[in-house]
Amino acid sequence: MYDIEKIYDAVSLDDAIRARVEDPEAVIIAGGSDVLIKIREGKLAGCRLIGIRAIKELEGISMDGDGCIHIRPLTTFSHITFHPLIREHLPVLGYAVDQVGGPQIRNIGTIGGNVCNGVTSADSASTLFAYNAVLELTGPDGKRTLPIAEFYTGPGHVGLGPAELLTDIMIAKKDYDGFGGHYIKYAQRNAMDIATLGCSAICRLNASKNTIEDLRLAFGVAGPIPMRCHKAEEAARGQLISPQLLEQIALTAESEVNPRTSWRASREFRLQLVRELSQRACKQAIIHAGGADL
Amino acid sequence: MAIGKSMNRVDAYEKVTGQAQYTDDFFEGEMLTAKVLHSTIANGWVKKIDTSEAEKLPGVVKIVTCFDVPDIQFPTPGHPWSTEEAHQDVSDRKLLNQRVRLYGDDIAAVVALDSVAASRALKAIRVEYEEYLPLLSPEEAMAEGAPLMHEEYPGNILKHHTLIEGDYEKAASEDGLLFVEGDFQTQIVQHCHIEPPISYAYMKKDRITVVSSTQIPHIVRRVVGQALGIPWGHIRVIKPYIGGGFGNKQEVLYEPLNAFLSMQVGGRCVKLELTREETFICTRTRHAISFHETTGVRPDGRLVARRVKIVSNQGGYASHGHAIAANAANEFRHLYQADGALEVDVSTVYTSMASAGAMRAYGIPQAAFALESHMDDIALRLGMDPIELRKKNMMKLGYVDPGTGIACYSSGLEECIDRGMAYIHWAEKRKQYQNQTGPIRRGVGMSIFSYKTGVYPISLETASCRMVLNQDGTMQLQMGATEIGQGADTVFTQMAADSVGFLPENVHIVSFQDTDVTPFDTGAYASRQTYVSGMALKKTAGIFRERILDYASYMLQKPADSMDIRDSWIVCRETGEQLLGMDALAMESFYSLDNSVHITAEATNHCKSNTFAFGACFAEIEVDIPLGKIKVLDIINIHDSGVLINPKLAEAQVHGGMSMGLGYALGEQLLYDKKGKPLNNNFLDYKLQTSLDTPELHVDFVQTVDPSAPFGNKALGEPPAIPVAPAIRNALLHATGVAVNSLPLNPQKLVEAFTENGLLNGGALHV
Repeated sequence: MYDIEKIYDAVSLDDAIRARVEDPEAVIIAGGSDVLIKIREGKLAGCRLIGIRAIKELEGISMDGDGCIHIRPLTTFSHITFHPLIREHLPVLGYAVDQVGGPQIRNIGTIGGNVCNGVTSADSASTLFAYNAVLELTGPDGKRTLPIAEFYTGPGHVGLGPAELLTDIMIAKKDYDGFGGHYIKYAQRNAMDIATLGCSAICRLNASKNTIEDLRLAFGVAGPIPMRCHKAEEAARGQLISPQLLEQIALTAESEVNPRTSWRASREFRLQLVRELSQRACKQAIIHAGGADL
Repeated sequence: MAIGKSMNRVDAYEKVTGQAQYTDDFFEGEMLTAKVLHSTIANGWVKKIDTSEAEKLPGVVKIVTCFDVPDIQFPTPGHPWSTEEAHQDVSDRKLLNQRVRLYGDDIAAVVALDSVAASRALKAIRVEYEEYLPLLSPEEAMAEGAPLMHEEYPGNILKHHTLIEGDYEKAASEDGLLFVEGDFQTQIVQHCHIEPPISYAYMKKDRITVVSSTQIPHIVRRVVGQALGIPWGHIRVIKPYIGGGFGNKQEVLYEPLNAFLSMQVGGRCVKLELTREETFICTRTRHAISFHETTGVRPDGRLVARRVKIVSNQGGYASHGHAIAANAANEFRHLYQADGALEVDVSTVYTSMASAGAMRAYGIPQAAFALESHMDDIALRLGMDPIELRKKNMMKLGYVDPGTGIACYSSGLEECIDRGMAYIHWAEKRKQYQNQTGPIRRGVGMSIFSYKTGVYPISLETASCRMVLNQDGTMQLQMGATEIGQGADTVFTQMAADSVGFLPENVHIVSFQDTDVTPFDTGAYASRQTYVSGMALKKTAGIFRERILDYASYMLQKPADSMDIRDSWIVCRETGEQLLGMDALAMESFYSLDNSVHITAEATNHCKSNTFAFGACFAEIEVDIPLGKIKVLDIINIHDSGVLINPKLAEAQVHGGMSMGLGYALGEQLLYDKKGKPLNNNFLDYKLQTSLDTPELHVDFVQTVDPSAPFGNKALGEPPAIPVAPAIRNALLHATGVAVNSLPLNPQKLVEAFTENGLLNGGALHV
């Protein structure tokens, strides 16, 4: 049995915001794959819940006239992975969220929940960082937008205002068009595991496919929140593709990240993974962007 | 013949359709929920418990604390009781303990209307402790001035003994010996049976019934009696289907407390189910054991002087105690015989960690890791093929253990090795994978083991069986031996069919044990049941057959010895002609107005023998050096477990064991922080293998016919888990030249080892 004081199922976005204004301490529940665990563990035992699962406007994936892709927060990982727009334009994201837990979790877990939990190990996070995702937040005072890098404020903390809900995840055409990429989830197991390190690389090459025009390199668990390695990206821009370039990207990335030692993994081990995975992810991203296999 | 056929499990239909009933599937009207309050310190005393706030909460029925329980210490392991006091299990715990000996010790319990009310009450209980230094290793526990976990055990040493064969010093003084030393360390792991420990208890009149997920119902009955100080006949234990045990349920865990709680609420039904988190820290684990080995070997590979020091981390309570380390020591004696001397110094030490107990193969997985890794290290030093070294020294047919008298009556060990070599292309790949460079490298490794069948002569081996002829000529088969998922009911059905002469479909086995009616057996452990309980079955079948043939003789007016029973028919022994159907015989025997006889048989067999099972594992791996990952490309276990009663079930048993072995090798370990608090007592952070981590598992058998066994069969339940970890460790040594001497071989440890050995340096690969 779960220790839940009460649950209110919101019927619309406005209704959910109203419910949250009325009870600011109530917890939003979408797929429940994190909230129910916290209730079971006792951290949220006795909580009041606001369910948002029935709000259809918060679900689904679409492209607008400008080519911007909108992913609504209640979209489950499975739906993201198998959606034609994602497969065509954001395959790295589809692959990344397919690394979450197991099939059951991917069928109930939502990308909005993954983002709003604010954890550095979220499998969607580094790829959303790489794609420069912009978030739409809706509260009692209306809507605002925020780049994802500004949304993550600390471990487990995000920039949701009082009674605000995440209502859209947007990726502009300029941020995915012509890019190829790759995500590597490094965990001890091949399924049902949490990332020791997540590395997402997307890149765009020149016409002759031998030079990197743009690179985005993002990590989860390389610091307290998901992060980009801007110096490594800068070092790669305009450079001829070579094994030496990959090594330089890796060493620059290593100088930018700040993983910690925990009982799950040491800082040194995570740095080794940063060095190795940034090279492997970039190598694969280059292939997906039309370049040669180094 | 049913034996040797892969007949379907007798419980397959029930289990696949969800009809099979487990403890949690029964309802006894009102069932109260109990939850246990666990200590939040690892070592110390409970000074005071304040339950006043908790008692006010709605739904709370009763709270008992460690200050309310009987002052009785009791033993928990599932051993047959010893009538000799010196050999009795250690009684070192109470139902709830004031003296806290591990993080998560049981200090109070709540009975409530439901689990939410019980959980809320647990949170509202206030505890004051006096805290001692947590003892997180045997070294810390044995250090001068360390607090005593149990006053009766100075130095925190539960037990120490020395096993000596020959004169080590003399043997070691031989000229020309090469000495190889090694330190090996195994980790704490848990059984991870899918069904957590669960039981419920209620009283009727003055008797108490406990329904429990256990491997050992008759032993549970005895221990509940001992713990509560009530006559054993007042206790009835029922064992339904169980979702795995692997030794953790060869232990009396929470049944005594559950019974006590029911008594505290006037005999109302109380259910007590553990969470996964509790299961990890409050039940039993596999002992972490350290080994220091010194071996003097001749240049030709003959072992001469062997010295081993074993220190076993017991945790807070004795459980099976020293028996596990002692068994580990025996593996050094059994698997290889030195041409000189063997000296093993064995200690079991209390610490303030989870109590270690029985877990699949009882000390041998630990011993095999140390022993078989060491053998590969010796072979490397000698420049000899590791298999040649093993074959020179391993146990041969006719070997007799000088300590216990256990003899090697049958051995397919050499053939197991030969088949493994052929399967994995040993010679070719050992050569091919020499001198590799680059970040990805491959290797092949192997290991062998021996394993006893049951516990004779260290403990009593006794079992019984009952056969009853039904009115339609079918048989009701009752075993004290338990089905715990391994397929016992099915193989007993096959044995009974062949031993009596019935068709297997005419044998109805009673799956659930009920100590009020089930014949006595100590239960499922030590890979004993097909051997020990199989003997009881065979003996009972002989009596049963004789009685049936006597009745046939009366009916047909023919001498009993001129007839036989085949396919549920009375037949002419000579010609096989069918003379009388079993249905007709049974009908007459029940309802004859002239000679009504209810044909039954029941017998106890006191087993006074034991025999060795053998096997080998061969593994081919690929090592990703910069990421510290081992991928198992191919793996095979080859077993000599004598005659297979049911080959398909045997194969499934090996699959399960290999999976357990892979987790032991690559990922599983229970971790603690500095205060002795477990860090990863859940399935996210405890890295049990998933199906996506498991390679295809290959199995082969060498079927010897063991003359000591009832059906030529030997141990198989536990052995498959033994040889996997050392085989993978040795394959890693072959692939990289790096010897990693502790388990698990997880990525961070490997990256550290590769860095230390110069294979990695700041991301650049050197070698």
